[in-house]
Amino acid sequence: MSTTREFILNGQARRLDAGICVARLLEELGYAGKRVAVEKNGEIVPKSRHAATLIEAGNRIEIVVAVGGG
Amino acid sequence: MSNDKLIIAGQAYTSRLLVGTGKYRDFDETKRAIDASGAQIVTVAIRRMNIGQDPGQPSLLEVLPPSQYTYLPNTAMCYTAEDAVRTLRLARELLDGHDLVKLEVLGDPNTLFPHMPETLKAAEILVRDGFKVMVYCSDDPIQAKLLEEIGCVAVMPLASLIGSGMGILNPWNLKLIIDNAKVPVLVDAGVGTASDAAIAMELGCDGVLMNTAIALARDPLMMAGAMKKAVEAGREAWLAGRMPKKLYAASPSSPTTGLIS
Repeated sequence: MSTTREFILNGQARRLDAGICVARLLEELGYAGKRVAVEKNGEIVPKSRHAATLIEAGNRIEIVVAVGGG
Repeated sequence: MSNDKLIIAGQAYTSRLLVGTGKYRDFDETKRAIDASGAQIVTVAIRRMNIGQDPGQPSLLEVLPPSQYTYLPNTAMCYTAEDAVRTLRLARELLDGHDLVKLEVLGDPNTLFPHMPETLKAAEILVRDGFKVMVYCSDDPIQAKLLEEIGCVAVMPLASLIGSGMGILNPWNLKLIIDNAKVPVLVDAGVGTASDAAIAMELGCDGVLMNTAIALARDPLMMAGAMKKAVEAGREAWLAGRMPKKLYAASPSSPTTGLIS
């Protein structure tokens, strides 16, 4: 059995550190306190639940921001 | 003219020009162009954050703070109702519950023409979910009315294809939409130069939304200023009530008596 645990972040595989929550992931990415929206397996994780929501192996996480557009 | 405000979903705005934030050279040009245009409402797109990118770089929201501008998140490049709804729910979360949005569902990547059945489906879901939907649509008067009846707060028929700069191709359809609408009608897509914006306002539009016309002008800041004046001039001409057009007008403006012979 493989011991590599991964999750998908914005379409890319990423190593999963045990017990990481959404808030911690945002910190690691340098996005703590920035305006983002997060989805886990297609469901929005509200800001109020970033610290309480753990990321698990195989989860699909999407983190989006606002960019220029018409 | 200060009483002639644009009212969308119960909110009053002094500027009837709405501007997109895409296609500019950089954030500095984006901000300067938007300020030159006088726009208060700006559209933004929702995209995956760039994982490799330096998070210390300023973001669009820092350059154009949501406290100073009214944001209109869009659903650009969505081809299904499901994608559009998902995108706008993410936008609402990102903007702390802000729910005034621009809905667009495209039907074809070459023309970027709106897919009206998917647009109607998305509009219904979004309105039920509490969003205030300003909807990009074809210039079909029946579709526009259906969107209004669904509960969209504004309908936004195209003048011509997105980014085409062709101006208003069917003023007659636009007029039909305006005459029958009980919600604001804003021209969105296809404006190319100042006269296009003025014509839209002279037809009775409540506002104009544009992006490429300013961003891809040789001098975007100058064009932004021109667009601001064009929208104001067109609106004033509309309110002033134009003279009628007559085929055989032949009506001199000078006296017909007292001519020397």
